[in-house]
Amino acid sequence: MSESIDIPAGPPIPPAQEDLTPIERVSARMGISPEDYMLPAEREIRMLSPDGTLLPAEEQGTGPGHEYPVPGDDLLLEAYEQLIVGRRVNDQNTALVRQGRLAVYPSSHGQEACQVAAALCLDEGDWLFPTYRDTVAVIARGVDPLEVMVSFRGDWHCGYDPLEHRVGAQATPLTTQLLHAVGAAHAAVLRGEDTVVLAMCGDGATSEGDFHEALNFAAVFRLPVVFLVQNNGYAISVPLARQSAAPTLAHKAVGYGMAGERVDGNDLVAVLAALRRAVQLARSERTPLLVEAHTYRMQAHTNADDDTRYREREEVRQWAEKDPVLRMEAYLRSRGVLDDDAATRITGNAEAVAAALRQAMNAEAEPDPLEMFDHVYTEPTAQLRQQRDRLMEELAAESAADSPDAQEDAR
Amino acid sequence: MTAATQATDRRGGAGAVSAARQPAPVELTFAGALNAALAHSLEDHEEVVIFGEDVGTLGGVFRVTDGLAATYGRQRCFDTPLAESGIVGTAVGMAINGMRPAVEMQFDAFAYPAFEQVASHLAKMGNRTRGRVRLPVTVRIPYGGGVGGVEHHCDSSEAYYAHTPGLKVYVPATVEDAYLMLREAIDSDDPVVFFEPKKLYWSKADLDVGRLRSRYDGGERREGRAAVVRAGTDLTLVTYGPSLPTALKAAQAAEEEGVSVEVVDLRSIVPLDDVTVCASVERTGRALVVAEAQGFASVAAELVARIQERCFHSLASPVLRVTGFDIPYPAPRLEQYHLPSVDRILDAIDDMQWED
Repeated sequence: MSESIDIPAGPPIPPAQEDLTPIERVSARMGISPEDYMLPAEREIRMLSPDGTLLPAEEQGTGPGHEYPVPGDDLLLEAYEQLIVGRRVNDQNTALVRQGRLAVYPSSHGQEACQVAAALCLDEGDWLFPTYRDTVAVIARGVDPLEVMVSFRGDWHCGYDPLEHRVGAQATPLTTQLLHAVGAAHAAVLRGEDTVVLAMCGDGATSEGDFHEALNFAAVFRLPVVFLVQNNGYAISVPLARQSAAPTLAHKAVGYGMAGERVDGNDLVAVLAALRRAVQLARSERTPLLVEAHTYRMQAHTNADDDTRYREREEVRQWAEKDPVLRMEAYLRSRGVLDDDAATRITGNAEAVAAALRQAMNAEAEPDPLEMFDHVYTEPTAQLRQQRDRLMEELAAESAADSPDAQEDAR
Repeated sequence: MTAATQATDRRGGAGAVSAARQPAPVELTFAGALNAALAHSLEDHEEVVIFGEDVGTLGGVFRVTDGLAATYGRQRCFDTPLAESGIVGTAVGMAINGMRPAVEMQFDAFAYPAFEQVASHLAKMGNRTRGRVRLPVTVRIPYGGGVGGVEHHCDSSEAYYAHTPGLKVYVPATVEDAYLMLREAIDSDDPVVFFEPKKLYWSKADLDVGRLRSRYDGGERREGRAAVVRAGTDLTLVTYGPSLPTALKAAQAAEEEGVSVEVVDLRSIVPLDDVTVCASVERTGRALVVAEAQGFASVAAELVARIQERCFHSLASPVLRVTGFDIPYPAPRLEQYHLPSVDRILDAIDDMQWED
C-alpha cells in the first residue's frame, strides 16, 4: 500500500502563482487546463476486460492528467484475498438472515471490488466513513467481522470501536456520514496531520442535501477527503435516472471545484488504481476528489425487498457476467500471481471467517437490558437512573416469578 | 491583559476588558459574558474551535464571537458556507477526531436544517458506540422573541431538543450564568444545545470577568442545579431563560398584593433538577410554570406533569401554566399579546385555589 505513485510533472509553476487553488496548482503541474483536470475522463477508467485480460493502455480510458498506474502484484493479491473474504461474508450473512439469525443485512454482493479498494487505498492513520452497505469495507480495513455484525443481529450499538480502527460507525441515515468525514479531515488539517479521509455513499445519496454540503465544505476548506460514490444503479427501487440528470455522478465534482473521475466498479484493479491515486492527490495537495464507481447491487436492497418488482432478470444476468471476483481471479492467474495452492489457501481463509460468523450468530445474543441506560450520557441523569432502577425491579420480579420455587407455588 | 479582554476592548469595551482594568465590578452584558466564555475556552483548551455563519470577520450577528477570529486566529474561529447541517455534521466529524467544537446557529428557526445531524448523530453517537465516541460539541442557538424580530427569527425550539435523548439543553437567564454555563457546556463531554435568549443579550450585571473565570476554575457549576432566585412561601413559580425577568417582576407585583412567590430558575432543562423544583413546591403548596414557548407538548407541560406526580399531596391548587399560545410566532406588532406578561402571570396566580 505504501508504494508511491508518480504524478507526472508538468511545466514548473511560476513563483507568482504559489497562491493558486489546488485545482489550478495540480492542473498546471500536469500541463492541462483546470477544466480538463476536474472533468472526468471521457470514458470510465477500466483496466480489465470482463474476461479478466488486461486492456491495452489506450483502451483503459486514461489520458493526460488522468493517468492510473496499475498497482503491483503483491497489493493485487492482497486485494484478491479480501475480495474472496468479502464475497463469502456477504453470502454467509445473507444466509444467516434467511435463517433468522440476523435482523437485516444489506449485502454488497457484486460491489466487493469497491469495498475492498476503499479499505486498501488508505494508510493506517487515515479514516474511513462507511454506510450500512459497506460492511465488507469495514472488515477489509481490519475490524473483526464478528464485531461488525453486532448491530445487524439487532443490538443497539455499532459493535466496534471507531477510534481504534479509524472507521466511523456505519451510518444508516443517508449521506450524513459524508459531513462527518469532512469534519474529521478538517480536525486533522487543523492539527497539521496529513490524514486522508475516505467517505463512502451510494448513487441515491447524491440527491441528499448533505452530499452537497459535504462536497462544498471539503472544497471550500481544501480538505483531503476522497468521496467514493458506489453507483449501483438503484436506490432501493428507484433507478439512477430518477436521482440525477447529470451526465455522470462524477461530473457533480466540477460544480464544487474538485476533480471527479469514473471507474468501472467491478474491476478491482481499476478501482484500486483510481482510489490510490485520489488518496495520494488528496494527501499531497490537500484537496478533495470524487470517484464514481459504476457497479451493480446483485441482490435485493435487503431481505425485506423484492427486486423483481423493479428490474428485469436479464439486466441482473448481464451484470453477473461482469462479476468482480471472476475477472480478478482470471487476471491474477494469467499473471501467474495466483495458482491453485494460493487459491485453496485463500478460499480456506474465507471459509474460516464464514464458520466463525455462523458460530457466533447462532449463539443466542444476550444483551443486558440495563445497559440501555448507561451510555446515553457520559453519566446517566437522575431521571435515567430512576428509569433504570424501575426496569431492574421489573426484571427482578420477572426472574423471581420464573424461579422453580415460584412455579412450584403457582401449582 | 488577556487576549480575551483585548478582544472585548476593540468592541468598545462592554465588560471583559474594563473589568480586567478595574478592581471593582463593572457592567457586563449577557453577550459580553458569552464572548468572554468563548475566549477563555479557546485559551484553556487547544482543541476548542468555533465556527458558524458570520462568526469570523463580523463577530456574529449578535457580536457574541466579536474579536475571537482576530485574537485567536482564523484556524480557531472561522466562517463556514451557509449550511446548518454542514456546520453540525462537520462538528460531529471534528469531535470524532478529537476536537471540541462550539458552533453557532444564526437563529433558532435556522437551526432546523441541522436537525437530522443533531437528532440522529450528535445525540446518539455516544450510545451507539457504547460510550467509546463522545461528542463534546456545543451548539449555540440565539432563541426566543421579545426583540421585534420578523418571522423565523423568534422560535422557542427547546422542546425539540429536550425531547431528544442524548442531548443536554442549557438555557441561562442571567449574565453570570451565561458565562459559567457556556464554559460548562464547552467543557462537557456530552453534546449541549445552548440556548441564548435574544432579548437578554444586552441585559447587564455588575460582574468582574476575571472573578467569574476564577469561580469557574474553582469548580462552580450550574448543570442540573436549579436556582431558587427569590424566596417565597405561598407559591412556586418555575421558569427558565427569557421568562425569568418577567417572572421576577410578577413576583414583586404579587408581593405587593400580598402573595409571597418563590421563583425557581431551572438553568438546564436537561438534565432537569426536579428535586429543587419539587422541594420548593412542597414548601409552598402551589406551582405555576412560566415559559415563552407554545404550551402544547412543551417543557412547561413536562414540568406540570412532574410536579403533579411528585407533589400531589402537598398541592393546595391545580398546577397552572402561563406559556405562549399554540400559534406560529406572531408578527412583531403582535408579540406582546403572545408572550407571558406580568399581568397574565398575576391573573394565573389569582386563578389558583386560595381558599380551603
